[in-house]
Amino acid sequence: MEKLISKYFVPGKTFSLAEFEQDGGYQAARAVFDKFPDPKALVEEVKKSNLRGLGGAGFPAGMKWSLVPQNTGKPVYLVVNADEGEPGTFKDKYILRHVPHLLLEGIIIAAYANNVHKAYIYIRGEYTHPYDMLQKAVKEAYDKGYLGKQIFGREFALDVVVHRGAGAYICGEETGLLESLEGKKGFPRLKPPFPAVVGLFGCPTVINNVETLSYLPYILNRGAEWFAKLGSEKNGGLRLFSVSGHVQKPGVYELPLGVSLREIIYTHAGGIRGDRKLKAVVPGGLSAAIFRADEIDVGMDFDQLRAKNTMAGSAGVIVMDETTCIVKALYVTMRFYGHESCGQCSPCREGTGWVSKILRRVAEGRGRTGDVNNLLDICSFMGGTTICALADGAAMPLRSYIEKFREEFEYYVKHGKSMVDGTALETQTLHDTSHMSHVGS
Amino acid sequence: MPKVTIDGKEIEVAPGTRVIEAAKRVSVDAPYYCYHPGLSIAGNCRMCLVEVEKMPKLQIACHLQATDGMVVRTNTERVLKTRQHILEFLLVNHPLDCPVCDQAGECWLQDYYMKHGLYDSRVGEDKIKKPKAVPIGPTVMLDAERCILCSRCIRFCDEVSKTSELGIINRGDHGEIAVFPGKELNNPYSGNVVDICPVGALTDRDFRFKMRVWYLKEEDSLCNGCSRGCNIQVHYNLDRPHHTGGERVMRLKPRFNENVNKWWMCDEGRYGYKFHDQNRILQPVSREGKKFQEKTWEALIPEVARRISEGRTAVLISPQLSNEEIFLIRKVFAEKLGSQDLFLLSPNADGFQDDILIRADKNPNTRGAAELGFKTSPEALQNLAEQINRGEIKGLVVFGQDVYARFEKLGIKAELNRLAWSVFIGSNHNLMSESATYVLPSATYAEKEGTFTNFEGRVQKFNKVLEPLGQARSEWEIIEALARELGHGLSYAAAGEIFHELALAESFFHGMDYEKMTQGGSDIRSMAMPTIPALEQQDNLL
Repeated sequence: MEKLISKYFVPGKTFSLAEFEQDGGYQAARAVFDKFPDPKALVEEVKKSNLRGLGGAGFPAGMKWSLVPQNTGKPVYLVVNADEGEPGTFKDKYILRHVPHLLLEGIIIAAYANNVHKAYIYIRGEYTHPYDMLQKAVKEAYDKGYLGKQIFGREFALDVVVHRGAGAYICGEETGLLESLEGKKGFPRLKPPFPAVVGLFGCPTVINNVETLSYLPYILNRGAEWFAKLGSEKNGGLRLFSVSGHVQKPGVYELPLGVSLREIIYTHAGGIRGDRKLKAVVPGGLSAAIFRADEIDVGMDFDQLRAKNTMAGSAGVIVMDETTCIVKALYVTMRFYGHESCGQCSPCREGTGWVSKILRRVAEGRGRTGDVNNLLDICSFMGGTTICALADGAAMPLRSYIEKFREEFEYYVKHGKSMVDGTALETQTLHDTSHMSHVGS
Repeated sequence: MPKVTIDGKEIEVAPGTRVIEAAKRVSVDAPYYCYHPGLSIAGNCRMCLVEVEKMPKLQIACHLQATDGMVVRTNTERVLKTRQHILEFLLVNHPLDCPVCDQAGECWLQDYYMKHGLYDSRVGEDKIKKPKAVPIGPTVMLDAERCILCSRCIRFCDEVSKTSELGIINRGDHGEIAVFPGKELNNPYSGNVVDICPVGALTDRDFRFKMRVWYLKEEDSLCNGCSRGCNIQVHYNLDRPHHTGGERVMRLKPRFNENVNKWWMCDEGRYGYKFHDQNRILQPVSREGKKFQEKTWEALIPEVARRISEGRTAVLISPQLSNEEIFLIRKVFAEKLGSQDLFLLSPNADGFQDDILIRADKNPNTRGAAELGFKTSPEALQNLAEQINRGEIKGLVVFGQDVYARFEKLGIKAELNRLAWSVFIGSNHNLMSESATYVLPSATYAEKEGTFTNFEGRVQKFNKVLEPLGQARSEWEIIEALARELGHGLSYAAAGEIFHELALAESFFHGMDYEKMTQGGSDIRSMAMPTIPALEQQDNLL
């Protein structure tokens, strides 16, 4: 299998502009002006490639671009979502750390396609090393004239600004990101209007993920049809799967969209650690519904996973072996959403916190009859009732963990300890909020 | 024009109309907390979720724009169940301290629980502790635990007062309303956040714990604090004088009027009600040497009338008086008695002003006085002072004002002790009332009815809320009595009759109808909150 992006993932190495160019870098960006005198043709080309939004939503990239109005009299902005925060996902970090110029080349192409002259990269605050590498690459590109007033000597200006987030998961939600970028609290916006029409500073805005943009040079160099054929139906190309958990070889694997989950775990990630049995897999980042071990013969693309009532999401594959207590795993998961809910919408603000408190109590062995049913009931009013998808992202694991491993929850409530490891968590003292690290900050 | 169907009722609305507004127009009740017609849409409380045909997810009616052919349902099993659970979410961390909460009785959590909740609580977890009873400014107290983070107060400070003192700190269920560091909620409109807070999170430091709101009575009125003429309600207490040391007016609330004050009023007006009950003149008196002697109306009216008829009498008209009273003064003194010595004296006409509501002119009826021919003229007042000083003017009729203070401010030197006599007709004590020959107690605006003309020329009616305190009478009744005594038989049964005559006599007021003017505003709370059939609910309880 040919590696495209991941061939640059050389441990300890960041490709400089010179090294990147030596390997054929920036050719696509340099050629785009003559190859597509009309940027609309470039948008069409990307549509043909079936490139999907690889941040998690899977929205067709070319289609997204074609929704941006070019006649408003306002500038169009490109915002790069590098706020990679979905637990179990770490592929953008690799790109930013090893080959930031590939992203910059993708940005130039996307900017040309959408008539953008200013792009913002919103990078996750905790990504300090990738930030340094990215900032260095931006400087190199400016020095070389690949960014700035006349890029590649053309009458096309493009400025790139790198902006660091401050650690909130919700700022990876595209409109929360825009608010944060504008200097406000990261509260997702009501839609419509969508960012394509009213985005950053009230202007039409294209928001793309790091990985999505990084595939653009390949599409231009080798053609949309070639790219489309790499993947499955309507799911073009390869994508980077972040595999973590109880596998022999965790890491980032670049594989075609539609590859089977079994192949990812057993062929590429080397199977389960210590010859234990597989118990469950989260297929697309923490917010995706979980699979049992007998459900892993599934094609990993946006449409096939949706048909299985879960999602391809950010392609963060979290593998759990038979020693995993699903109840405790769900508690940790829900604690995350309770901690990261922005607090705007009542069902999410109160629901995520409530659910994590119930699960904490259950995990401490203080569960009560009715807890499991209550969790499911609360869950059904958290999903689909809020401004953004965070509550849906919490509801999906909540429902699926309980429905697929209900006996473990019932056992834990009845016996006050885990069915898997026979233990319970220590009881937290009243109003101990130490697990909520943001309190008081 | 898009035509939408809401719960089977069809309505045509202007493009861009939100479903929640359309629903209100066909009397369909979509409950909400964060929505407010005077603020931007936040869409965070999720109470107004409704079912829309061809849309798989429930939609918030406050944000959804009505489009042609849209079919909305607000009363399906799914909507009602979701509404119930949203309410449950809002109460997960709510302290349920209704017995000690000042909002109790006008709390939307209580009201909506009775209407949309009625579930058994299943919250068995510890609630999150947040700051309680925090004074965030001179007028407002914050209880962060009761807050549902609807962000109405924040949006008010951002969009209406444009002072931006408030924000939300922390995240998720630890979120709380707070003032920005180094700031306090102290703007000319702070009190409005209490009105729009649907729960007990923001309470009024002036009103807190004075009285349970269900003991309050209310009546429509006008603010007399400046020439804007904000539509208000006077909330008062008569039945439980022991709760409040006998004071009757408990608080003022703005009343919606699209053309005057929208949903708002300023703090100066809101808290400027104490004069109704404090420092009042209760009894007609006349001076006997250095002391005042209590007299009856029956004794004093003929005496003052006799003094007026004896010699040249000047009258100082106040723009605090109603149109009817100024008209009547003009009729009696200028037309019947032929006096040339009528002057308008305007107190506090050069105060703070902004481009929201507050006017520099702190008088409610300057425009009305002007339309009746009275304008402040420093030269004329100077001239009057000189005539007083020369002993040419014998008597002075003063309506409520502290003439010493006014003249001093205008740089006019008048030796009022040169007057043979003076009468002070007013509601509250001041230096003038202390030095007049006669003092006649008059009603405050809450104790009489009439009209004011605001700075834009809008004539608005205020109702009688309370009976005049002590022996006080409204000014028009006092003038009428004096006129009768002077042989000019006037007989008006009510202020409306004077207005009727005024509307016929004065072109500015032509065609105005006193009775119709009562429709000037409407109740702000019913505008901001869907109606709740409280009686139905009570039947359930009983």
